[in-house]
Amino acid sequence: MEKLLNELSSKCNSAYKLNCDTETDIEIPENLKRKSDLGLPNISEIDLLRHFTNLSRKNYSLSTCFYPLGSCTMKHNPLINERIAKNRAFNLIHPYQPTETMQGILKIIYNLERDLCEISGMNCFSLQQAAGAHGEFTGLLVIAKYFKSIGQKRIHIIVPDSAHGTNSASAVMAGFNVIPLKSNPDGSISILKLKKILTPDVAGIMLTVPNTLGVFEKNILEISKIVHKNGSLLYYDGANLNAIMGIVKPGDMGFDVMHINLHKTFSAPHGGGGPGSGPVGVKTFLEPFLPVPRIKKKKSKFVLDYEKHNSIGRVKAFFGNFPIILKAYVYIKSLGAKGLKNASEQAVLNANYMLSKFKNKITVPAGDKCMHEFVLSLKSLLKNNIKTVDIAKRLLDYGYYSPTIYFPLIVEEAVMIEPTETESKKTLDLFINIFNNILFEEMSKKPHKIKEAPVNTPLKRLNEIEAARKPVLKW
Amino acid sequence: MNVPNNLVYTKTHEWIKIEGNNAKIGVTDFAQHEMTDIVHVEMPEIGTQINKGQVILTMESVKSAFDIYAPLSGKIVEINDYIVSNPEIINQSPYEKGYLFIIEISDKNEFDDLLSAKIYKSLI
Repeated sequence: MEKLLNELSSKCNSAYKLNCDTETDIEIPENLKRKSDLGLPNISEIDLLRHFTNLSRKNYSLSTCFYPLGSCTMKHNPLINERIAKNRAFNLIHPYQPTETMQGILKIIYNLERDLCEISGMNCFSLQQAAGAHGEFTGLLVIAKYFKSIGQKRIHIIVPDSAHGTNSASAVMAGFNVIPLKSNPDGSISILKLKKILTPDVAGIMLTVPNTLGVFEKNILEISKIVHKNGSLLYYDGANLNAIMGIVKPGDMGFDVMHINLHKTFSAPHGGGGPGSGPVGVKTFLEPFLPVPRIKKKKSKFVLDYEKHNSIGRVKAFFGNFPIILKAYVYIKSLGAKGLKNASEQAVLNANYMLSKFKNKITVPAGDKCMHEFVLSLKSLLKNNIKTVDIAKRLLDYGYYSPTIYFPLIVEEAVMIEPTETESKKTLDLFINIFNNILFEEMSKKPHKIKEAPVNTPLKRLNEIEAARKPVLKW
Repeated sequence: MNVPNNLVYTKTHEWIKIEGNNAKIGVTDFAQHEMTDIVHVEMPEIGTQINKGQVILTMESVKSAFDIYAPLSGKIVEINDYIVSNPEIINQSPYEKGYLFIIEISDKNEFDDLLSAKIYKSLI
């Protein structure tokens, strides 16, 4: 284990000394002046450099290796995004500055809103939300406020059982009651079952298209018609937008509200608890309910508009996580319309290539074609008391981050793989070979290797059960 | 997989032991096996009225979170406190020490929908 800075500290080290005797005009009372040392660790520059380099080498990220985590779209974060986000012209701005002095960032937020509208087919976006689930929550509050404004009492939100867990959680947080909808084996919606639960007090249905099994909802137009005929609204979870950019728009499919994960589809960094960004897009009739302030263009100036009496209010301080918004903007502008379409096509092609190498050997519950990701079921292959989680742990030994396992819940012993668009055929082939080798060689011949894995990682197998049952919390 | 003959079952993998007007309820051996190591149980409160088919509690394992459904309608009269701090008992003894709660049955007609050990065994 790498020691903490305080543990590395020693009085004997020759280290940089902060000069605290700086001359100042301000008269500091004698009793407030520090008499002792600052108490900072005493570490030489080279040791400090090694400390942080060593820590970074323990870290696993897309910059080190392939990261096929399904449903999470761990795509490459181009370094130009970081470079621009670090520009002092952006990161020295304070949100309390007068709006006239931050026209540039308002313009970027405004332009990104227009770009997201173009990509998604929605009419307006709010960019305040700090994460995908925050976007869901905001979108659902907008739906609640809309029905309140037209005097309708609608208390239910329908969520398919293949949906992301956050959908149900967000609906409950926004005050709705969740009606689960059992989906077909490929994760798609059964129109018959939907009609049965679509009562007049249903506010809306939350769908992910393509769904979590990587299948495009082919009945989406019919679903949209049925839902709207009932007076309910259609919510689009943008988790899988990476598969359809430039090909089809949620707005055109009939969705009324949606969120986008800028930290997924639009390449801003992702994971580790944020910061993220989950803009919410709506059709024009829902615009009055979006969070304030809205950024408006008055002649050639950008202004903040708080005069929205039906707005659900603020959901985040200031303008959202601006650096993330900026990185997404840079990504969209670097790729352009053609590039974004190409990214989606390549993501779908990569996933289908991998699936084609697995489909004859491993059960694929959703059929032999997919969009940007696919789900395998290891149920019939597992033997020697090996579980899917063991296979995932063994992949760590080969230097890979594991795919998503045990999700979606409707697939037994699920492994969910999303290669994303930037990976080469060589990278994919290597992973395919290693995955097949674990399943078809090691599992029969060297099962102990799988049960003991991982052994090549900085930490060996952790006792997850004990950690969850009796956590030892330290800080 | 252990499926005791003296109990009745649901399709959603709960077992029920009828004791006069009361019913002891838990999850089956198959269910605990599928969920894998259980790490947390969100228990309902004594006195809660439950309706058949409604989600009555949530269990969390290292694999995922699972809803447990009320197999019968009634009022919860006793809960198994022990599992709150020792959830592993459900894995170790699903039919005895790992039971979840006891309810006072409100509608005995609902018995018709419960499954015998033989039928439940054929489903898993």
